[in-house]
Amino acid sequence: MSGEFNKFFVEGMACLGAGIGMIAGMGPGMGQGYAAGQGASAVGRNPGARGSVMTTMLLGQAVAETTGLYSLVVAIILIFANPYTK
Amino acid sequence: MDNSLDLGINGYYHFELFGKTFWLTNTHISIIIIVSVITILAILANRVIKKADPAKKPGKAMNVIELVVEAIDSITRSNMGDKHFFGFCNYIGTLMIFLVLSNTVGVFGLRPPTADYGITLGLALITFFLIHINGFRYQKMKHLTELFHPIPLTPINIIGELATPVSMSLRLFGNILSGTIIMALIYGLLPKFMLLFWPGVLHIYFDLFSGAIQAFVFCMLTMVFISKNFDD
Repeated sequence: MSGEFNKFFVEGMACLGAGIGMIAGMGPGMGQGYAAGQGASAVGRNPGARGSVMTTMLLGQAVAETTGLYSLVVAIILIFANPYTK
Repeated sequence: MDNSLDLGINGYYHFELFGKTFWLTNTHISIIIIVSVITILAILANRVIKKADPAKKPGKAMNVIELVVEAIDSITRSNMGDKHFFGFCNYIGTLMIFLVLSNTVGVFGLRPPTADYGITLGLALITFFLIHINGFRYQKMKHLTELFHPIPLTPINIIGELATPVSMSLRLFGNILSGTIIMALIYGLLPKFMLLFWPGVLHIYFDLFSGAIQAFVFCMLTMVFISKNFDD
């Protein structure tokens, strides 16, 4: 009886934790927006360098996205492959 | 969980080998399809190249092949320099073709193989070994001693080196898996009449755009990390 209660409690808390953990998506959003704004102003100053500015901006944005993806992976593990409810 | 939600990896067939159970999952099926498509395209391209006559003007298929090869060569040359690019453009080209095909295969209803952590970790480990083999080749023992360069920071340097394959593999895996999950939620949870047009728009973003960007970023980071260790 109490073991079953604990299982459901742990599952619900894991879903709550996954939702709270995805607040980490805020940081990469701000960083990517800043990078895109700087890229737009760079293209405005020097339209000839559009290709290389775009490449550098996309590369930097993809690297900045990593921390948000860590929290996504943690959330997915908490929901679908939770080690504590096995 | 509801049966119409298709989020995870489904096994279709299993067999026993050495006392362990092995599953044939939908990731295996889509990777077999992708590899056979790439092999057939490579055989056709080889036949076109063998039949090409340098004295006459090139045909349509020859033009497409030259376009792909020259694009990959110019990306590799601009990132790794004129001296070293020729040894790496074959690997980068293979990686690019495989990743573009396997990230965008969700458009055809298959599960993208890169949404499975085993495949992205394997690709990132290849990059890890390429970085360090080339580091020892071009910088000799200096590649090892620069880990201890400020001596108090040695553990952080070691962790930083080990974090490279983890972050590269998790970046590719997380991007493709999030696209797969969002598409599965849209197909599984909305009523049927909502599914007429606009999942196509989301397919363009999550499968085609995001998949192509991530394939490009993976190749780009591989080239940047390897060429960091060149001596000139």
